[in-house]
Amino acid sequence: MREVRCDVLVVGAGPAGLAAAAAAAEGGQSVIVLDENPHLGGQIWRPQAAEANQPSRSVSPRAAAAPPSAHAHRRAHAWHQRAQKRGVIFETGMTLFDAPRTDHLLAVDAAGQASAFSAQQVILATGAAERFLPFPGWTLPGVMGVGGLQAMVKGGMAVRGKRILLAGTGPLLLAVAAFLLDHGAHVVGIAEQASRAAVRRFGTSLWRHPNKLVQAARLFTRLRAVPLLHDAWPTQAEGFGRVEQVRVAAGDRCQEFDVDLLACAFGLVPRTELARLMGCATQSHIDGEIVAVDRWQRTTVATVWCAGEPTGIGGVDLAVAEGLVAGYAASGAFKRAGRAARRRDRARAFAERLDRAYALRPALRALPTDATVVCRCEDVTWQAIRAQPTIRQAKLQTRCGMGPCQGRICGPALAFLTRATPAAPGTATQTTTRPTAATTSSHAAGPSTGWTGDRVRPPLVPVAVNVLIGAGQAPLANHQPSPAPSRHQEISL
Amino acid sequence: MENRLQLTIDGRTVWVAPGTTVAAAWVDLHAPAIRRSVAGQPRGPLCGMGICYECRATVDGHPHTRTCQTPCRDGMTITTDR
Ligand SMILES: Cc1cc2nc3c(=O)[nH]c(=O)nc-3n(C[C@H](O)[C@H](O)[C@H](O)COP(=O)(O)OP(=O)(O)OC[C@H]3O[C@@H](n4cnc5c(N)ncnc54)[C@H](O)[C@@H]3O)c2cc1C
Ligand code: FES
Repeated sequence: MREVRCDVLVVGAGPAGLAAAAAAAEGGQSVIVLDENPHLGGQIWRPQAAEANQPSRSVSPRAAAAPPSAHAHRRAHAWHQRAQKRGVIFETGMTLFDAPRTDHLLAVDAAGQASAFSAQQVILATGAAERFLPFPGWTLPGVMGVGGLQAMVKGGMAVRGKRILLAGTGPLLLAVAAFLLDHGAHVVGIAEQASRAAVRRFGTSLWRHPNKLVQAARLFTRLRAVPLLHDAWPTQAEGFGRVEQVRVAAGDRCQEFDVDLLACAFGLVPRTELARLMGCATQSHIDGEIVAVDRWQRTTVATVWCAGEPTGIGGVDLAVAEGLVAGYAASGAFKRAGRAARRRDRARAFAERLDRAYALRPALRALPTDATVVCRCEDVTWQAIRAQPTIRQAKLQTRCGMGPCQGRICGPALAFLTRATPAAPGTATQTTTRPTAATTSSHAAGPSTGWTGDRVRPPLVPVAVNVLIGAGQAPLANHQPSPAPSRHQEISL
Repeated sequence: MENRLQLTIDGRTVWVAPGTTVAAAWVDLHAPAIRRSVAGQPRGPLCGMGICYECRATVDGHPHTRTCQTPCRDGMTITTDR
């Protein structure tokens, strides 16, 4: 197995990871950045596949001639340049799957080759994923995430002329709706779960952030012809083998839409698995579990730092600022880190307003019916899960969360569906920069009713047995409780 | 032809632009269903970012490849278990 050494290893090449890498290198460290995606830039700055992205249906190559222009996003490019000038090495298509020690991490590339990385300091910038909530029909092909659909379009999927409904919550709905219009889609509507009053309050607070105000105004101009519903969410998707119709509850009315695609997600959840695997403490927050960090973005493990969405959802400006703080602090450049910290604190104030305005409403807990599949990997229904006293029992008895996604989709959904009292908006946010007594360690978690307290086990992604053996890691079976047998042996662990 | 990649998806020849992911090429060619769930339901890409595994297919002999994270390469062969 290939072994690589560096001073600082950055995991994730989104805005936070790119900024962290550049800062650490400017602080004199040798830096390697890993990202599992083939492209740099993370969710927001990822480049677009060649324009005119219609793969031809015909066998004639001439039918779909288009200029290839896989240029990275301007800002990703700028950070990349800045980092590269200081000798930062980027390895893309490389998924980190285990951390046997905090200074020894294992990754696997797309061809299944493993590499070991030894680093004195590790900066985790693993970003966020979308939160999906189960409702009847959500498993139909053509129902995708909001950012998920955007990512597919960036990957070359054609949406020209397609009728698309967007549903869920947050400004991402508006940003992606505008993006889809720009790609020729017919956006039939936007269903926002937050109330009009909450969104309006948020809008008025934007005067404090003039650049956001300008962005918002531009978006609304672009979207003026698109019906925008508030207090609205999908209650059912139907179709034969794919989504064709969506029923939306809007206030006390019900509306039907004929669609080709439904893009639906309820906000973002921090990706904390790697941090938890490395023993970093987390704390609960309105966004879900977040990685606890101090004012220098240092986690509870002294050599591990964390920046961007895993420490709380806050958007691109906050991610960049946190990345700078982590990168400078990890290289001992505390003066520069302090300057970046002031920028971070301003960006965080915006994030907290966003959290309050778009908090999920308790009514969404009634979305799944008994027959609705909640765990897509193992086809476990809401009824089967609800019959279990704890999530842990549900895992053992029904295999819920034990499939290839390892609970990354159903976990955040269950955390929301089973939460007895919704977190009061804005309560936890003040404590996010400082670990508190309420902080929980991943390793201390026993059986619990919540999903998020559950322990993370390696490998983080399904990895072939020969890779694990080559990396000197015991096969997964040694670490696992014995769940009910899988109905599919698709992935060799 | 330059600037176009040739793929074989379930026996059919397709041409795509460089930078296209396998999942995108697939969805454009067919309905958005790529695989069947353990209970036999049709499924297609959900997250577009490599975490849900709903887009997996066999790519050049590698089973369970997340096609949304896999850029198309010239001469690639993709088989799905739709
Ligand atoms: C699907 C999606 C679409 C979005 N679209 C927009 C948008 O259009 N506009 C907007 O303002 N905001 C958007 N956001 C929000 C946006 O993600 C954040 O504002 C910003 O990108 C956060 O930056 P980050 O660096 O923290 O995380 P990210 O940009 O998410 O970067 C994290 C990176 O870490 C990598 N990674 C994670 N785990 C591993 C691992 N184990 N091994 C290797 N690499 C790993 C990921 O591949 C990813 O590239 C989107 C979010 C999502 C989830
Ligand atoms: S669409 Fe979710 S992993 Fe590919």
